[in-house]
Order: sequence, then C-alpha cells, then structure tokens
Amino acid sequence: MEAGDISRLQLKDPVELVFRKNLVDGWKITSEKQTAWVVKLSDQKVVAFGPQCTHLGCAYHWDEAEAEFLCPCHSSVFSADGAVISGPAPRPLDRYETRVENGKLLLGALRESSGQNA
Amino acid sequence: MKGKDRLLAWLDQRTGLETAVRNFLYERIPASSGWHQVFGSVALFLFLVQIFTGALLAFNYAPTPGDAYNSLRYILAEVTGGRLMRGLHHWGASMMVVVVVLHMTQVFLYGAYKKPREATWMVGVALLLLTLAYGLTGYLLPWDNRAYWGTVVTTQLAARAPVLGPYLLRLLGSEGAVGVVTFARFYGLHVLLLPPATTLLIALHVYLVRKHGVAPAIDDEARSQKKFFPEQAFRDTIAVFIAFVTLFVMAVAVRVPLEQLADPTDTTYIPRPEWYFLFLFQTLKLIPGPLEMVGVVVLPGLAVLVLLLVPFIDRGRVRRVSERTFAAAAVSLAVLGWTGLTLAAIATTPKPIVAAIDFSQPTDWMQLSPVEMAGIGYFRQENCASCHTVGDGKPRIGPDLADRGIHKTAAWMIEHFKRPAAMVPGSAMPAIQLSDAQLNTLAAFLLKLNPRNAEALQSAPDFAVEGALTYQKNQCGSCHMVNGVGVKLGPPLNGLKRRRTQEWVEKHFRNPQALSRGSVMPSYKFSPPEMRNIVSYLFVLQD
Repeated sequence: MEAGDISRLQLKDPVELVFRKNLVDGWKITSEKQTAWVVKLSDQKVVAFGPQCTHLGCAYHWDEAEAEFLCPCHSSVFSADGAVISGPAPRPLDRYETRVENGKLLLGALRESSGQNA
Repeated sequence: MKGKDRLLAWLDQRTGLETAVRNFLYERIPASSGWHQVFGSVALFLFLVQIFTGALLAFNYAPTPGDAYNSLRYILAEVTGGRLMRGLHHWGASMMVVVVVLHMTQVFLYGAYKKPREATWMVGVALLLLTLAYGLTGYLLPWDNRAYWGTVVTTQLAARAPVLGPYLLRLLGSEGAVGVVTFARFYGLHVLLLPPATTLLIALHVYLVRKHGVAPAIDDEARSQKKFFPEQAFRDTIAVFIAFVTLFVMAVAVRVPLEQLADPTDTTYIPRPEWYFLFLFQTLKLIPGPLEMVGVVVLPGLAVLVLLLVPFIDRGRVRRVSERTFAAAAVSLAVLGWTGLTLAAIATTPKPIVAAIDFSQPTDWMQLSPVEMAGIGYFRQENCASCHTVGDGKPRIGPDLADRGIHKTAAWMIEHFKRPAAMVPGSAMPAIQLSDAQLNTLAAFLLKLNPRNAEALQSAPDFAVEGALTYQKNQCGSCHMVNGVGVKLGPPLNGLKRRRTQEWVEKHFRNPQALSRGSVMPSYKFSPPEMRNIVSYLFVLQD
C-alpha cells in the first residue's frame, strides 16, 4: 500500500507516516489508520519500522534531543536504523517491506526482525 | 407452641434454614479470635459489592469496542447514580486486592496455613490470582487509551510464555492486534467465567474453614472456646462497615479516570498498568532483552509456586507470632521490595510528550479565541465526532457539523444540546450533561467550523486545548485579551513569548505581586499539568 511522499525526508531524521489500511479484525473489516516510522538511511535506502516496540508492543516515539527512538513503557532505546541501544527490547525494530516508486513509498508486509542488530 | 415458633419449626423441618443460621452464628471459635481475623469477611463483602455494581453497570454497558466507550460515557453522564456505580466498582476492585493481600498476610504471619489447613491456604492463593485476573480483564473494558495500551502489554506478556505463548495469544484473541476479538474474550472472562469460578472457590474456602475451624493460637489449648456470635460477628460487622464507608467516600470523592477513546496509532501515549501491578512493570525494565523470559514467566511463576507451597515449605510447629521471625522478615522484605519498585515506576514515568511541531507559522486553530479553543476540549470530551461528520465526508449518523447550513444561533444550539429531541424532532442524540457556560463554549467552537478549516481546527494539539480550558475556567479573559477577544485591563497575551520567559510567566501565576509591583492579578495555584498547558498555550499565540 502507498504510505506517502518521501521527497521531503531528511537523512536519518525519522518521520511518522500515517496511512490507511484495510484490516480484518475478527468479524469486522475496517479501514484503519496505521503508522510507520520512516527513515532515510541514505539516498538509496529508506526503511519503515512498525510502530510498536519489540519488547511488549507499546508505541515508541522519536526523541529529537537524543536522536533515538524511545519506548515510554520499559525504556527501550533504539537507534535511527532500528538497532537496540539499551533497555529490555529483545530485538531490533520490526520493518515493513518497502519499495520506492516515483518518490512514493510503498509498504508491504511487516516482517519480524531477527534477534541480532542490523 | 406459639404461631411464630410453629412457623419457624415448619420452615426448619422443610429447609433446615434455622439450623443452618444457628450453626453459622454459634460456631465455636478459638478464645484468641479477634480483630486480626476480620479480613476474610471484608474480602467476601467486597466481592459481593463487585458483583452488584458490575451487574448494574452491565445493564447500561455495550460490550463492543465500537460502543463501549460511549456507553460508559452515557453511564457517567446520564444514568442515575452511574458515576457512583463506576466509582464503587473501580475503587472496590483496588480495595479488594488490598484486603485479600492483608488477609493472606495475617494468615501467613500467624502460621494459620499449617496442618491440616494446607488446602484452605492453596484455595486462598487461587482466589488471590482470580482477584488479579479481574483487574487484568476489567482494565480493557472502558476502551480508552489507558485500557487499550495496558492490554497490549498484557497480551504481549502472555505471548512470551514458553511453548504456550502463541496459543495463549490466540486464546486471548490478540494474534494480529488487540481488537474486537480480544475485547469479547476479556469481557467473557470478566463477567461469565471469573464470577462463577470465584463463587465456587469461595464456597470451597469457607467449607474448608468450617471443616477445620478457625486456626487456634498456641495458648488456646488451655482456654475454652467461644461462639462466633456475638463478639466476632460484631467485629466483622464493624470492619465491613468501615470498609464500605471508605469505599463510598472514595467513589464519591475520587474521580475515576476516563481518558481519550482508544487510539492504536497514538505514539505519544505513555501506558501504565493499575497501581498494584506497577512493581511487576518496573521489574520488566530491569531485565535485559535476552533474559526477558526470566521477568515475564520465571519470576512471577516461581512467586506463585512458592506462595502455593508455603504450607509444605514451612513445616515447623512454631505458631506464636512473636517467634515467627522468618515470616515477619519475609513480609517486611516483600513490602519493601513492592514499595521500592512501585515508587521507582512512578518516579521514572516520563512527562507527557508535546509533539515537536513547528508553531512559527499561524495555523487555523491559532486564530481561535480562548472560548472557541476551549470548545474543542468539550467537543473531544463529548466525543461528538463519533456520531457526526466533521467536514471529512465520512457518512455518520449525525449531520455534518462543518456544514454552515445547519448552524443556528448559540442560544438555539445550547437548547438543542440540553434537549435534542425537543429542538429537532426525532433526533436520537443524547443530551449533553454540561453546564450552560460549558455548552456556550462548545457552541462557540461549532459555529467556527466550516468545510475548509474543519480538519485544521480539529488537529489543535491537546496542550493548547487544555491550556485554553484552564484559561476559560479561571476567567483570564475578564482582564486579558487573546486574539482580540477579552477585556483590555491587563496586558494582551498575544506576543507574550517575545516579552517574557516561560519561567517568568509560571512564577507570575504563582505570585504576581512579587514580579509586578502593584499588580491586581490574583495568584493561581495550578497543578503541574495545568501550568504546563496554559503556559505552552500562551507561548504559541501569534502577535
């Protein structure tokens, strides 16, 4: 699905993109708001992280002052490339499959990251 | 035989009721029985309060994620005694945890779990776990942000269980995310499965207490037993009365939080569990990733196992409380550990995040007067957007509030808020339970809406809306102007950020005369969030 325009992304400056996705939730099919933290790691490489901490699923946020992702639940800290810096998170941030077409970011399935930092 | 006696004899012959009451009241109990043994009765009483208030809440509550939040708001605003009902249920749950733990601590300190009362203790441990299970499952039911994110963590904890994790997650209906299935399962557990299970275990617990009798103290062997009635029955009644009065005062005086409707995409929310689980929450912070299993499964599992096996671990004969130094030390350590971890969890809770948005360019909401801004607060509080389209074209049951064609005068709108069907025949809108001043504020905001600005106005940040609400409640506009609205007695507040620092303004609120000699402004004692919000709001105002 299309998540948004990435032409204005700054290098290693994560942006939370909001997009809509059809979700099957039990007996309900709904179009829900979803988010992804998108980071331009280099001119060729853009990654999109799932919005939940890999520890226990809380929503983390980007701490501008420290330039790192911080989970407010159990204080897990991740770098801009999703690696665990500190805290109880057992693995790096999960990533969406991504493809860039005409400056638009397309997201695929959310893949669980392996236990090692990327 | 008199008529009354004959009737009682007839009833007793058929039902055994009188004999049962007599057996209950005149049960023989040890001579040492006293105030320390009242906690079991109080716990049972609180369970009955939970059953009663839970049933009353269920009469007005819609158990689906789509309706739960609104139906709870309906209970709080419209149902007679609804706020009291929820207060009793909420604080009753906390009180029940406290009383059950006190009951267990008393039994533990007095060694009352020793032979032949091992099974009584183990059933008690199971009842403690059930009490906590009510807390976990009931937490989701208000379906606000607090409920949603708390349950995300709970289900993820269950998912970490070795081997069983994925199955538990499926059982809780949370494989993809917390949603309608999770809600149905938690509700089912909370109201259908846990109450009969608790009732059965309480019956078993009471049966075992009666079978073995109340545990005697060492000195009791030489003293003759006494009857439950009247002395101990009186103590139990007084304890139950004190518990109920405390609970009632809390339900009336301490407001139960209901936050914003659950938003799974809110990355600024800081989830925290109920106070009695904070120690566990803090423990999880201290355990590094690879050892996660230790904090999630091994430690809590071991704690429950040790608690269950206490009667088999401590097989000594010592029963005198003053000689049970190891038990006293264990209780002291547990209290210290629990308190330390809970305080650490509270101390390390970060401040709410104010989104780092560039406010240097004026946006539509910055042009609003404080009264209109405060109206956004009531608009969100009353969850108007759940029934009304607001310029986004999404069809909903209520009309589009950004459509200027439906706008009437503020006075008409206030009447409509109070008696919707009287102003618009056939309207299904519930009456809004706000004061006239608050309804006026809401009307002021709604009259500002149009299709072009609807989205921008609704996106006003929470701190600015809360700040404007504080501004309104304290009638700052009686002396100051914001965006050209108010009275020009004191200095206008637009452009304040160029003239003063935030620290200066905060000090000025607390003691105006200390910084501005001769100022007629009264001092304000804002709470820390109120101070943060009103100062932040004043500092984003444009010149």
